[in-house]
Amino acid sequence: MGRGTSLGRVRGLGSAHAGPHHWWMQRVTAAANLVLVIWFVVSIARLPIIDHQALVLWLKSPLVAVPMLLLTLSTFWHMRLGLQVFIEDYLHEEGSKIAALLLLNAYVIAAATLCVFSILKIAFGGVPA
Amino acid sequence: MAHNPARPLSPHLTIWKWGPHMLVSILHRATGTALAIGGGLIFTWWLAAAAMSPAAYAIFYHWVVEADPASAKAALQSLTNLLAKLVGIGLTWAMFQHMATGVRHFVLDTGAGYELKTNRRFARLTLVFSVVATVLFWLVVMGKY
Repeated sequence: MGRGTSLGRVRGLGSAHAGPHHWWMQRVTAAANLVLVIWFVVSIARLPIIDHQALVLWLKSPLVAVPMLLLTLSTFWHMRLGLQVFIEDYLHEEGSKIAALLLLNAYVIAAATLCVFSILKIAFGGVPA
Repeated sequence: MAHNPARPLSPHLTIWKWGPHMLVSILHRATGTALAIGGGLIFTWWLAAAAMSPAAYAIFYHWVVEADPASAKAALQSLTNLLAKLVGIGLTWAMFQHMATGVRHFVLDTGAGYELKTNRRFARLTLVFSVVATVLFWLVVMGKY
């Protein structure tokens, strides 16, 4: 333990009173994922949405576009929370841990934004079918 | 966290006899990681390609689903199609396994299901569920196309 004032020594250590929120949001997004992923899997099994035209027509319905948006937000949020714990558990070197966490956030934010924009573009008729 | 590599580590991973509860616990983490990276990237590619243009979607389709016989790369695409199918089956199983162990965690969160026999049975059940659900899903999908 370094020198410095009592406050300086404890700063950055100990509880930040932010842990329960992470834990709770992992459960909340998990519950949402359970419903949304089952809907998505059943949709894939029932509809030929691997075909471009079928996919575009499917996504034009608000009752499809909105669940797809919610699915994107909930799963990518859940991924961020889960992989964060994975990184914190296995990367003990401070530099690589922070680099991995930054990379994780960049991936999740970029991919989720790309998905949201793509869903909206198709839903609003930006892609001819 | 600062740690001294010269200090001994407790043999926490090697001294235990493996049981289904340990297996599904580590599988929950492994499948979650695979889904976050593999599933996340394929899902994003699929949606972004669909939103870009029919030509961009055709690239996704030919490399992942079905080779383009007119393409000079048809043979290579047939190979990636096969790999994509294996990855797809793997990710489907990972999704059902993660779903089942996720529900298991919800039950454990309430403080229930820690009795040895119950815990072991629930853990085994998640493995049975994921395999059965994966087989059923692919039978339906392959029967359709």
